[in-house]
Amino acid sequence: MAEPHLLTERSPETAEDDFERDLHTEHQVLNMGPSHPATHGTVKFLIELDGETIVAIEVQVGYLHRGFEKECEGGTWYQAIPYTDRLNYNSAILANLGFCMGVEKLLGLEVPERCQWLRVMAGELSRIGDHLTRCGAACLELQAMTPFLYGIEARELNWDLQEILCGARVTSNYVRIGGVKHDAPTTFPATCREFIGKIRQLLVDFDKVVTSNRIFVDRMKGTGILSREDCVRYAVTGPLLRAAGVPHDLRKAEPYLVYDEIDFDVPIGSVGDNYDRYLVCVEEMHQSLRIVEQCLARLNRLGPGPVNTLDPRVRWPAKERVFNRMEELIQQFKSVTEGPRVPAGEAYFALESANGELGFYLVSDGSAVPVKVRCRPPSLINLAPLPIMLKGLLLADLIPTFDMVNMIGGECDR
Amino acid sequence: MKDHGFASLRLLLAELPGSVLETHAQHGDATAVVAPGELLAVMRFLRDGPELAFDMLSDVTAVDLLPREPRFEVVYHLYSLPKNQRLRIKARVAEDACEVESLVELWPSANWLEREVYDLYGIRFRNHPDLRRLLLYEGFEGHPLRKDYPKERRQPLVGPRN
Repeated sequence: MAEPHLLTERSPETAEDDFERDLHTEHQVLNMGPSHPATHGTVKFLIELDGETIVAIEVQVGYLHRGFEKECEGGTWYQAIPYTDRLNYNSAILANLGFCMGVEKLLGLEVPERCQWLRVMAGELSRIGDHLTRCGAACLELQAMTPFLYGIEARELNWDLQEILCGARVTSNYVRIGGVKHDAPTTFPATCREFIGKIRQLLVDFDKVVTSNRIFVDRMKGTGILSREDCVRYAVTGPLLRAAGVPHDLRKAEPYLVYDEIDFDVPIGSVGDNYDRYLVCVEEMHQSLRIVEQCLARLNRLGPGPVNTLDPRVRWPAKERVFNRMEELIQQFKSVTEGPRVPAGEAYFALESANGELGFYLVSDGSAVPVKVRCRPPSLINLAPLPIMLKGLLLADLIPTFDMVNMIGGECDR
Repeated sequence: MKDHGFASLRLLLAELPGSVLETHAQHGDATAVVAPGELLAVMRFLRDGPELAFDMLSDVTAVDLLPREPRFEVVYHLYSLPKNQRLRIKARVAEDACEVESLVELWPSANWLEREVYDLYGIRFRNHPDLRRLLLYEGFEGHPLRKDYPKERRQPLVGPRN
């Protein structure tokens, strides 16, 4: 049996303190997790409580550590892409995209315009799915089942769209180095427009049930506050930083792909509490739907075209040439068995994922196997200041705060 | 066109030329390799200089360059919110003196990130307030991201701890 120990050292109380305190309680340490019905995500909290008030928290992560970085160092650059799917089950495409664009940076590759719009569109669909889960699950864990179902219905529609686009719902494996797996099917734009309307309606319904609900507001407002300064000191990014009033979004700050041609707004909060985070996420979903619509319109205007770069270092030759010509056959054989060789060097590429700055720091020695694949996980970095957010609050405030931080175990623990 | 931190690099070279061992800007990422002993001074200068204002330490990681000497590189990615600039700082660490100065006093975000590097690479951070494993558990033997740690290696079974 492990011995319980307190996380903080208590100062010896004086007699005066004794008079002023109306109730004596011994501090106790509560173990919560690693698997707990009120937290989505495998994480353990050691919580030191004074009655119901949180005195200190120790967060223990790592329960889902699978050696992502070690695995990536054992295969070719292409073989790492499916692993990136597993970082965040809500927004796999964004993780695909971050990794592939990092490799493209090392290779100095440009992808065709149609591919860039497809990538933006797929990425924004992912983001919507992620925020829907975050907001829906937050309601569920605050004992509101109905709004969760609205959220999940919208997420199902969103996953149906991703299925039409990529052939898979969750682990999409859609993005390739130098392109995407394939163009959107011809049925996609019409279905997508139809579903966007439905998702918008569900968001409106969700809003009506939740946003001004007394219980929801009471649990969310004023809890889990992280000030602007603390956000910066802890390198917190994404909706948490924006809820604290910093209009920082990598899609605007360092526009990648075609974000500089897209019209969208970056919502910010004022207090930095859970309610602000919720409002920021809801507005970001509306903005993402706007972006998807702009992508559909632009893809329609662009018309059919290549979605992959022609660079032979990373893409396979056309099938009819492989079957009829010696050189292309050899090229295809070598591409498949050896994988692309990436020039020696290092590069860091970061994009705005649903949780914040998702960065990939890649080091190559010029061979077909990476020396280093580092994923900068926003989930882990955003979780670190949780003790600051919760100090002095009630144990029950842990639940909405943890929901709004939206720690995703796969990405946090890698 | 965005300035990718070259201005900061120039400023760093002008102010603390002795601390910077080499620089490069591959793929537009401004990078400086600094002497490990000067790391804290360089980082403080980068954080506090009004022209620089690198207020976010966005990532800490390491690279194992076996068999090269010195074997490890500790890699810091800095971001300046007011200037919208990035800078990469690297410190080289040898295997037999596997230690660099901790940056927790400058940026609290270094706390977990340095624990992760310690956990997976076994690089120690001097003056870190709480240098324990982050992702793996106490009782894990070795540091799995080192190149000489075989992927198939089995670990002893340990019981639950508090």
